[in-house]
Amino acid sequence: MVSIRPGPITAGGVTLDNHLVLAAGILGTTGSSLSRMLLLGAGGVVTKSIGPVPKEGHAGPCLVVLEDGLMNAMGLPNPSKDFVEELAGLAKKPVIVSIFGGNAEEFAKVAGWFSGKAAGFELNLSCPHAEGYGAAIGSDPALVEACTRAVSKTGIPTWVKLTPNVTDITGIGRAAEKGGASAIVAINTVKAMRISTGIRRPVLGHGFGGLSGPAIFPIAVRCVYELYEAVKIPIIGCGGVSSADNVIEMMMAGATAVEIGSAVYGDVNVFDSIRKDLYAKNGIAPEEIVGCAHG
Amino acid sequence: MADALSVPVTIVRVKKETPLIRTFVFDTPFVFRPGQFVMVWVPGVDEIPMALSSENSITVQNVGDATKALFDLGPGNKLGIRGPFGNGFSKGEKVLAIAGGVGAAPLLPLARADCVMTLLLGARSESELLFLDQLDECTDVIIATDDGSLGHHGFVTALMDDLNLGAYDRFAVCGPEIMMRAVLTKVTEKGLAHKTEFSLHRYMKCGVGVCGSCCIDPSGLRVCRDGPVFSGEVLQKSEFGHYMRDASGRKKNL
Repeated sequence: MVSIRPGPITAGGVTLDNHLVLAAGILGTTGSSLSRMLLLGAGGVVTKSIGPVPKEGHAGPCLVVLEDGLMNAMGLPNPSKDFVEELAGLAKKPVIVSIFGGNAEEFAKVAGWFSGKAAGFELNLSCPHAEGYGAAIGSDPALVEACTRAVSKTGIPTWVKLTPNVTDITGIGRAAEKGGASAIVAINTVKAMRISTGIRRPVLGHGFGGLSGPAIFPIAVRCVYELYEAVKIPIIGCGGVSSADNVIEMMMAGATAVEIGSAVYGDVNVFDSIRKDLYAKNGIAPEEIVGCAHG
Repeated sequence: MADALSVPVTIVRVKKETPLIRTFVFDTPFVFRPGQFVMVWVPGVDEIPMALSSENSITVQNVGDATKALFDLGPGNKLGIRGPFGNGFSKGEKVLAIAGGVGAAPLLPLARADCVMTLLLGARSESELLFLDQLDECTDVIIATDDGSLGHHGFVTALMDDLNLGAYDRFAVCGPEIMMRAVLTKVTEKGLAHKTEFSLHRYMKCGVGVCGSCCIDPSGLRVCRDGPVFSGEVLQKSEFGHYMRDASGRKKNL
């Protein structure tokens, strides 16, 4: 297997301790949980998505474990502005605040709360199961560009997380780039459903939800590959990454760094174990492999 | 991994334990350790974490929308069960169990495992004492009620003063958090916090350690996966007994 050289990296304007970033929505609800994940080896962490007003999220069941992934419909639960105090102990750490809103003004408002407190923002334009938010906005290139611009004009690095639930992800990626995004994060969960044959109802309280984990890794690789040819800004690969070899594969498709989420289900120490397999002092320079699969 | 969708179960019996507490017995047994919990799906309503009071039952206090909906169900109705999840109590030879209110639910299977020498059972009043008969069959029960209607008049923690705590190798505690915090203070004074385990209740969404809604400060440990049973040492300088977070993640004081 390919090993790469260890050391801090910069991805989309954010300096990270390594290439492995905790994905949004995973163990990101509290400051202490985010601190724990940094201690456990994450090179950076993305918070739970924070919105303009507190939300309790959907009624349960909110998550089920499948053979090769997780399916969830949390419904963007978040404490809104109260989250600012959660970050008090994380000053100068590689913390990317995920934010969502119903329009450009709301994105700008939420971003304003975290000015000076975040290493970067990640715009959730991709949650597949929150009406009026997330993918509802993220499927429209004009809205993506407007929301991105509303945050990127703060000068703080702005990553834009895309939904794969569109016909052409490259058009959305170009819109984010035009709006001033520092990086694209691809992908959010894939819209999905399972039904309990015993209960005769969808297994998630919300009905449909988003699929993550190894089941969607091939979709994520394809999206990163397509985006690499469509935009000039860096791409953060996300979706089912659960081994060092998956990280290398994402990088070969075009990712500068990766986000890891569902793999935490298997092992909370997954960052440390991947790190040990991924890095070697005599490894090759990461730049050598980013996008190398493109002829 | 294998698909771990909710297991559909059918309620076969509902037992009224106290005016506020009922046991729902279902047709499917689960292999579990005392102190583990399951996520109980009330179809069309919500999913909530509940301790198993036996291999095929949960014992529930009517406290919110989901438990109210559960109380409307009876024999023949279906529930979905995910789990069992979490760590459960560690094994001891001579355990002192301390239960407050519906906190007796996860301690009944521990007592039935024949390792509990003494169980301190507390409740608001005589009618709210949970599992008194069943516990009496398998261990020595000492009672405290807030209103003095049976046993010691006052909190269950006061009963600890009359015991030789050195005679026990483990302490297992489950009850209202204010009561558990009082127990933690007492075992800390006596240098026994490392031998004491507390079963925590926090708002949970996923139940499997990924969403983060049940993480406690300052360790960031997940109640659903790293707990719900924690050593007193872990809890000493923590949010335990002070605050918790609601469904949105906002802090609320106890």
